[in-house]
Amino acid sequence: MAKYAFFLGCIAPLRYPGIEKSTRVVAEALGLELVDLEGAGCCPAPGVIRSFDRTTWIASAARNLALAEKQGLDIVTICNGCYGSLFDAAHELHEDPELLKSVNEILAEVGLEYKGTTKVRHFAEVLYNEVGIENIKAKITKPLEYQVAAFYGCHFLKPSKIKEIDDPENPHILDDLIEATGAKSMPRQKKTLCCGSGGGVKAGFPNVAKAFTKTNLENIQASGAQYIIDVCPFCHLQFDTAQADLGFSIPVLHLSQLYGIAMGMDAAELGLSAHKVPVTL
Amino acid sequence: MATPNPEFYKEIAENGGAGVTMCFQCGTCTAGCPSSKETAYKTRKAMRMAQLGLKDELLNSDDIWQCTTCYTCEERCPRGVPIVDTVVAIRNIAVKNGKMYDAHKKTATNLVKYGHTVAINDDVKAQRAKLGLPEVPPTLLADDAALADFKKIISKVGFDKLVE
Repeated sequence: MAKYAFFLGCIAPLRYPGIEKSTRVVAEALGLELVDLEGAGCCPAPGVIRSFDRTTWIASAARNLALAEKQGLDIVTICNGCYGSLFDAAHELHEDPELLKSVNEILAEVGLEYKGTTKVRHFAEVLYNEVGIENIKAKITKPLEYQVAAFYGCHFLKPSKIKEIDDPENPHILDDLIEATGAKSMPRQKKTLCCGSGGGVKAGFPNVAKAFTKTNLENIQASGAQYIIDVCPFCHLQFDTAQADLGFSIPVLHLSQLYGIAMGMDAAELGLSAHKVPVTL
Repeated sequence: MATPNPEFYKEIAENGGAGVTMCFQCGTCTAGCPSSKETAYKTRKAMRMAQLGLKDELLNSDDIWQCTTCYTCEERCPRGVPIVDTVVAIRNIAVKNGKMYDAHKKTATNLVKYGHTVAINDDVKAQRAKLGLPEVPPTLLADDAALADFKKIISKVGFDKLVE
């Protein structure tokens, strides 16, 4: 059984715990063992914290990477922000021995050392590359007939020269993961447009973030999709909280929640009461 | 008139934006930038200003903070310019110069206090319990020693002072 350190991040456990819950249930059903990365903190958020101070960003990220390394496990995340932050930080630390050395001088303060062996994985990419579509299909007990919008977000695939997961301009892996449940991923315009919330824009300039979200919602509505399927709690938060102001009401589900439904999880276990846009299944 | 300042370019380079010299101003970045459609931020212009070291113009404007770091520009850049790293470098310098929006300060302060960018609350504790999850997630929120370690790192790098 493949085993990973489960990195929770902030938004999933503290705003949408149903995403955390369904990830745990779905992972177990698919034969993935998730071990809590105890004591981990914020990734920290690449758009804000890295923008404020790169040293704080990389030292805090290295602490998380070192905690996983101590357990001898690779990290799996359910958030594009955590994935972007931890993956990029690991990449920089693995490529630059001088940087690694200077970061280890900071970690020494708390008796930690990062040797540079932790790999950072995104849950969706693990499902696609390690579990595989055919094995996923075999576990679907309640095939879905929804028409949905696949929302990739940004830091899942980009920068693609280091992530090397899929074509960032014309990706297919989330569509394939969605269609494994029987649901149909509807084609639409500007499928890879940012949700608008990254880079500190949601906090600093909420109306700019909403302008991005509005364009996305218009394209999603026009595609005939009944649900938005994301792989990032921060995109999830933006779509879920901005719609009322923008005059839309398209329910938002994380891929883990969609899988939970298709694997027969009880609706009460999906944590849908946390959602602002009502979700009817 | 704006005065080019090579010293400011050097500062950008030291903060991770050295590759901006590769930019030959084709404008592919701005053409694909979703923020450039909604705001006054123009990626190509910001890269030119970084090359010339137009410090005051860059630091005293909201423009550089309108980038969502979506990486569309970088994916399409024919010169491989690390555009997002350059934006981040300029933002780091802005923060060192005391420029930080109140909303961003709030997020940064949460990190310093809790080790997470958002706080836990009773409502989410109740939701977690209902789902059969521990009320407090198994992060540094549930581990005082880990939170103390995290705070030591924050203090060592001086982030607590930076966001005060």
